[in-house]
Amino acid sequence: MPPLLKLHDVAKSYVGTNALSGVSLEVDAGKVLCLLGDNGAGKSTLIKILSGVHTPTSGTIEVNGEPVRFASPRDASAQGIATVHQFGGTFPLMSVGRSFFVGAEPMKRWGPLLRFDKKLAGEIAVREMRSLGITRVTDGRRLVGSLSGGERQALAIARAVYFGATVLILDEPTAALGVKEATHVLRIIMQARKKGIAVIFVTHNVLHAMSVGDHFAVLIRGERADDFRKGERTREQITDLMAGGEAMAALESELAKMQELS
Amino acid sequence: MTVDSSPAVPAVAAGRDLSAGLSLRDVTRRPESGALIGTLAVFAFFGVFGGAKFLSAAGSASWLNVAAELGIIAVPVGLLMIAGELDLSVGSVVAASSMTLAIVSGHLGGPMILGILLALAVGLATGLVNGLIVTRTNVPSFVVTLATLSALSGLTLGLSRALTGTASVSLHPDPASKAIFGTLIGGQFEVAILWWIAVAAGVAWMLQESRYGNWIFAVGGDKESARATGIPTDKVKIALYLGSGLGAALVGVIQTILYNGAQVANGQSFVFNSIIAVVIGGVLLTGGYGSVVGVILGTLTFAIVNQGIYYTGWNADWAALILGILLLVAVLMNNTFRRLALAAAPRTNRRA
Repeated sequence: MPPLLKLHDVAKSYVGTNALSGVSLEVDAGKVLCLLGDNGAGKSTLIKILSGVHTPTSGTIEVNGEPVRFASPRDASAQGIATVHQFGGTFPLMSVGRSFFVGAEPMKRWGPLLRFDKKLAGEIAVREMRSLGITRVTDGRRLVGSLSGGERQALAIARAVYFGATVLILDEPTAALGVKEATHVLRIIMQARKKGIAVIFVTHNVLHAMSVGDHFAVLIRGERADDFRKGERTREQITDLMAGGEAMAALESELAKMQELS
Repeated sequence: MTVDSSPAVPAVAAGRDLSAGLSLRDVTRRPESGALIGTLAVFAFFGVFGGAKFLSAAGSASWLNVAAELGIIAVPVGLLMIAGELDLSVGSVVAASSMTLAIVSGHLGGPMILGILLALAVGLATGLVNGLIVTRTNVPSFVVTLATLSALSGLTLGLSRALTGTASVSLHPDPASKAIFGTLIGGQFEVAILWWIAVAAGVAWMLQESRYGNWIFAVGGDKESARATGIPTDKVKIALYLGSGLGAALVGVIQTILYNGAQVANGQSFVFNSIIAVVIGGVLLTGGYGSVVGVILGTLTFAIVNQGIYYTGWNADWAALILGILLLVAVLMNNTFRRLALAAAPRTNRRA
């Protein structure tokens, strides 16, 4: 069975600079792929390619073994790829129920008119957050801005899952959160994984990555510097790679070239 | 890891909330809570200092008439502000539509219905121009509509002088038009009050109960996130500009028929008065938050202060001072209520 999402040799160059070169990745249903890298390593570029904001300069993307081309974010979401950004992409002054269904409001017949079923919207939003383990939000009429950072992430993730996401890209979901809130989000990632969703967890926090990841890829200067499975590296090794990564990558590619020559 | 699947716990929590917490939270969660306090306060104030005359039918008519004309404009302008945009051009739309009707049906002697339709078309056309420029360029709507405000008033004056040789044109409306747009019910209450009720009811339904209302909140809350969910954000904004243009043109028609004529200087007071009413009504100037009920209350507050001063026997010069102070107090109060709504996070089901 082909992987749910597969990138092969993907490169992206902006005028004059290579943001990403030769990156290959695979992610399967019900698995968590952690994308690690320091700032400027090319994580954002990769996310933009996966979510259809940018098209790669070269390389291929396959969904379920079929090659695809994303001309817009809508193409990506039509293939079930949903991206949740750091601040949730939610509306602080809207109620939980309203926010959950923006652009896809459930309607109810009311005499000759159709009316937005806010009660149902609130109930579904609360139920879906509950299925990700968020039990403190019980009232769909609460304003999104009154939720904690972790709960807002949960709302955005629950929304993506409810509307049929099969690949969930989480862009630094724990970066702005305290320790307790971050564990909340990690728990939600495991819940999504259990539902059979392929999760791409983008982070620079090695500890967070190791606690939920099945598969890991480290990006350095737009290249995939390392790629390994759960348990194949220690935390120290990964941290070293990310911190001194630039020098390591250069050395590794030099060694690889020497091996080819000999 | 506690994935709670039993509904018992929150049900208990909700039950506990019902006694005290829920009602307060429900109140603070409504954008019009502050506005309601403001309206009641100014009504009580002028009820006391204005006495029986303020409370009489004639007194009520004086502020209801002001509120109605302002309200027909403030409701769609408030909708635009919830979507995060301003419309200053409404003042010139009132003037341009008034003059269009007076020139077509008065000066040129055309049929009333033609004049009315053309006047409303002027409002829609201005709205379309505003909407297209705001969505196609990244120029702030404040500047765009300030430009159309000025340009349209110049166009109105220029064309009026060129066509009629004067800046004021009279009109003799037929009885049917007079009854629909410009009659005084009971000799005191403008028929515009009914128009205001109709406009407010329709828009309130749209904002609260239709999916388009949800789109408007989303566009004003976060345009990029709204676009990402597939909402046609540009179309929403253009439609809202058409609405504010149409509202202003309707007021132009009403005034022209009521006063049997039009002047090019008509309507400029609506530019900032509509914004004052909307802001007092609890709409967030930066968008994403507000309600039609709030805008109605803000409009009433404005009108009560504006007219109530005449019943106190004090110098009417002070009305603007009171309005200015009221505006500041209202905004501070609305901010407080909004903070309460955002802070009202029940911690009843804590089990970590």
